[in-house]
Amino acid sequence: MRARSALALAALVAALALLEWGAPRLLNPYYLTIATRIGVAIIAAVSLQLVSGFTGQFSIGHAGFMAVGAYASAALSVYFGGGWLAALADVLPGGLARALYFPLPLLAGGALAALAGLLVGIPALRLRGDYLAIATLGFGEIIRVVILNVDAVGGARGFALSAPGVDLRYEDLGALYAVVVVSVAVMARLAYSSAGLAFRAVREDEIAAESIGVPTTRVKVLAFALSSFFAGVAGALFAHSEGYIHTNSFSFVRSFEIMVFVVLGGLGSISGAVVAASVLTAAPELLRGFGELRMIIYALGLIAVMILRPQGLMGSRELDPRPWLARWRRRDAAARA
Amino acid sequence: MENLLQQLVNGVAWGSIYALVALGYTMVYGVLKLINFAHGEVYMVGAMTGYYTARALGFAQEPSGLGLAVVLLAAMATCAALGATIERVAYRPLRHAPRLAPLITAIGVSLLLQNAGQLLLGADPKFFPPLVASREALRFGALAVSNIQLTVLATAVVLMAGLELVVMRTRVGRAMRAVAQDADAAALMGVPVDRIIQLTFLLGSALAGAAGILVGLSNPKIDPLMGLMPGLKAFVAAVLGGIGSIPGAMLGGLLLGVVETLVAGYLSSTYRDAIAFVILIAILLYRPSGLFGAAQQEKV
Repeated sequence: MRARSALALAALVAALALLEWGAPRLLNPYYLTIATRIGVAIIAAVSLQLVSGFTGQFSIGHAGFMAVGAYASAALSVYFGGGWLAALADVLPGGLARALYFPLPLLAGGALAALAGLLVGIPALRLRGDYLAIATLGFGEIIRVVILNVDAVGGARGFALSAPGVDLRYEDLGALYAVVVVSVAVMARLAYSSAGLAFRAVREDEIAAESIGVPTTRVKVLAFALSSFFAGVAGALFAHSEGYIHTNSFSFVRSFEIMVFVVLGGLGSISGAVVAASVLTAAPELLRGFGELRMIIYALGLIAVMILRPQGLMGSRELDPRPWLARWRRRDAAARA
Repeated sequence: MENLLQQLVNGVAWGSIYALVALGYTMVYGVLKLINFAHGEVYMVGAMTGYYTARALGFAQEPSGLGLAVVLLAAMATCAALGATIERVAYRPLRHAPRLAPLITAIGVSLLLQNAGQLLLGADPKFFPPLVASREALRFGALAVSNIQLTVLATAVVLMAGLELVVMRTRVGRAMRAVAQDADAAALMGVPVDRIIQLTFLLGSALAGAAGILVGLSNPKIDPLMGLMPGLKAFVAAVLGGIGSIPGAMLGGLLLGVVETLVAGYLSSTYRDAIAFVILIAILLYRPSGLFGAAQQEKV
């Protein structure tokens, strides 16, 4: 088993390295941008899946936490990171210095977003169902308007990630997708761990969960904070790949979009969220051939898919190769015997 | 002091528009437990219908009471038809689906109407014709009430009174209340639930259409994305009042309009958009069922 995991890991690293090396050579900048946005959308969607799909708490303010992560990481990079990066680059080769620095704003953005998630979650999670959804929507908008009024991060002008002498942008797809893979893997492990079992218990029946000793409030706040952490990571990734952020990117429209990924993919399915986030982020771009009709086709497609598959594309199942692999191995063993 | 009174008058006029839109949210939530996110777009269609009707019939040139009435009725009729169609196409097939599915189709319909509006009517803002000549109608010292504000207020009050009559005094109104209370029991008593739900959409959307005209009168710049933020805020107003409660939606709308105007007037207009949500959260935390909502008992 261990040999096989090592093999899978090696294949993954090779694929990422190939992406890092090949993508800028094979794809034009337009496709690179789309690929970057898909990566960000995947993390955001899976992080919302954690709290909505697995814990059953509907949040439509997720873009607010992305905004916290994006702005916190961008401020860190602009005000301090540029200097640190320059200092690192003096003693280390440029690529290594950048690789060492890159996780820092992501973690900082995530941490601050998790803190915001705690602050919002502790009062808001007392509410249920639609009222919780509305409260999170409100918190998301409040976060956005507050950031809009902070002049140190550009206010209404937007915030450009630039510091003298260093490049703060990270556009390399390999590094970006490494973050995506690690984030999704951590969240998937969490969702199917014993903590995740508590999440799902709260989703299925809060009262029953409480009565068998699941600390429901703590579980909900934990899920919310973890979800916010990864939303913050997505925001930080967005900020550092785009190089310029504006609060308009984090309005409730973005929150709706993330919710659509989760519901369309199937509530309670990590792989469903990944698929829906990828397809729906790419769709408006792939439909560009239709010119002005593209957003109309997108909207009609959304309605049609929801009517045909109300439980979402994947339901609550996962795309998991392991059962197929196991069957294939059994057949293989039988053939050899 | 005069300034404060003036702001209050402006706020009430603005809030009555929110209230009309909020009624549609609250009625639909009452019967379906669905947040109809496409409602803001219905209001946009109302304003657009008014704009084109006024121009086609030549009311745009000279203000007249007849012109206003015709335009208002045209917008209400169009929106009623639109609302009923949306219900039939996007929500009825999902009546027994998981609760989030119709929410997503609502977002889909909202996107569809925004983009269809941009494609067919152009994304550039249009200027709503002055169907009511702007002049000062009443003056108390330094306090001035324009006749546009009076028209907005009077129209809103008449429509809300009409709605109250329909809901409380007619057979369909009773059927609507029955469906809101318990759709299954209402069906057993012979209430045609689907028709009543469609009627609810019809009424709510007609009110949104009227709100579209009123906003065009007081705030003439209209465009296909105009429904987005007011739609959301009207929804907040509905929650403030207690979602599902008709008097709650009226009060919530007025309250929100007044508070927003005061914040914009005395604090800062950039915080105007946030204040709606700050109030919302404060109310939700201290009185989760809203001002007029009944507290829900949880059965174990």
